[in-house]
Amino acid sequence: MLPRCAACGTWALPWAADAACDVCGGAREYQAASGRGVVYTYTTNAHQFHPAVPSPNLIAIVQLDEQDDLRLATNLVGCSEDDVECGTPVSVVFERNDDMYYPLFQPAHRSS
Amino acid sequence: VTSTPGRGAIISGIGISRIGRRLGIPGLELTRESCEQAIRDAGLTPRCIDGITSMGDTPVARACRELGVEPVYQGGGFDSGGLLSPVMSACLAVTEGRARHVVVYRTVQMLGGEYVPRVNPPGTEPGTEADHAEAGEGVSDLARVMVDVDELLAAQAFSAVNWLALACRRHMALYGTTKEQLGWLAINSRRNAALNPLAVYRNPMDMEGYLAARPISSPLGLFDCDVPVDGSIAVVVSTPEYAADCPRRPVRVDALGGAAGDGGWFHRPDYPKMASADAAAEMWGRTDLGPGDLDIAELYDGFTFLTFAWLEALGICGEGEAGPFVEGTDRISIGGMLPLNTYGGQLSAGRMHGYWVLHEACLQLRGDAAERQVGGRPEVAVVSNGGGPIAGCMLLTV
Repeated sequence: MLPRCAACGTWALPWAADAACDVCGGAREYQAASGRGVVYTYTTNAHQFHPAVPSPNLIAIVQLDEQDDLRLATNLVGCSEDDVECGTPVSVVFERNDDMYYPLFQPAHRSS
Repeated sequence: VTSTPGRGAIISGIGISRIGRRLGIPGLELTRESCEQAIRDAGLTPRCIDGITSMGDTPVARACRELGVEPVYQGGGFDSGGLLSPVMSACLAVTEGRARHVVVYRTVQMLGGEYVPRVNPPGTEPGTEADHAEAGEGVSDLARVMVDVDELLAAQAFSAVNWLALACRRHMALYGTTKEQLGWLAINSRRNAALNPLAVYRNPMDMEGYLAARPISSPLGLFDCDVPVDGSIAVVVSTPEYAADCPRRPVRVDALGGAAGDGGWFHRPDYPKMASADAAAEMWGRTDLGPGDLDIAELYDGFTFLTFAWLEALGICGEGEAGPFVEGTDRISIGGMLPLNTYGGQLSAGRMHGYWVLHEACLQLRGDAAERQVGGRPEVAVVSNGGGPIAGCMLLTV
């Protein structure tokens, strides 16, 4: 579910569902997105900055298929950086952490 | 050229404290070293100083007491000039008649690159860092440029090194920029640092040594990151009329540029361009000079890739051409067509958070850079500062 203008259909990231649409000023609502996109850019973090988050971890910006400027910061799972490049198709997998679901991505050919 | 805010302000004095890794010297003492040196260098006494601006670790109120300064002007905090905002505020103040001599300092103590959200604690004492550097408009400005940081943190990207590694990787994919090209910048800086007695890392580094550094956030390794240090740098910004009485060669501010920071760290439509593109455009729009007039470039290098972004933003090279531009260092060495980061950069000299570039540009334009002095009497220098949604730049002349 991502914020989208109910009037003109423009998707909006960063998350600002309460704000008016940048394009037409209409109200936003949450709508289901496809969960598909491509790797826009990525980095393997090798330095443990946070005591609770082990490294290496694969960080990526995913460009979602819905709109060509719709970018989500996320983590890639089920692959290493050698398996991806800018442009690699990916699809969402949700990781549950208590009552939060985090949208992570994996290379699309592995999706079930 | 229609609007030239701050033009004609002069930098009349410069000062730099001892610099080093974990010196164990209080920030206030380092601040006193740099400020007293700068005031003396400008041919002034603390009583002449009627303005003071800063940001960060050592609060202005304490610095004033330590220096015996009673300023009427204290600057506007974090503004569109990014880390250079205190300098830009000073330039505006002296050209608008709000002050005659403004001391600007930046004191750091092992400043890190991680994002630590700051809150103003209840009952904050006026004049503290939180009160001064990020109060009022400063808070909203900082919040605006940090619009997408929460998203990055949620993706376990905790450090600026991650955020800029992402931009660097995208640049590599678009333009074929290579790791070795980043390395040439680091090697050039290390070679310059060897000529700077205050630089922290002065031992030689070759490509093999650069590439062997431990990875931090691919494609960036340890030697793509700057070196946290303790230290303080100060300048005195004076009214244009003081140029005639200034004991040192006055360095004139020709143009300033800043950026609003729209698009945050990764939502700009023209990513991996950054706010630096907007700041450079603003600066060049306020002067008749152009990139071809530059004799020296002192560009921010919190990470190697940020200097690439500035080279392209300033039009020193074409879009996507920063890698080939620095390759082999022929163009950017002290004897090259455009000497770059002649003091050793934050990469090798130390992370004075955007103020050593300013100090060095003044030193070079005055002809006071000793062993590392650029030949041919340089007359035009550009200083730049920041990365991601934070950017400011200045064009200086003599």
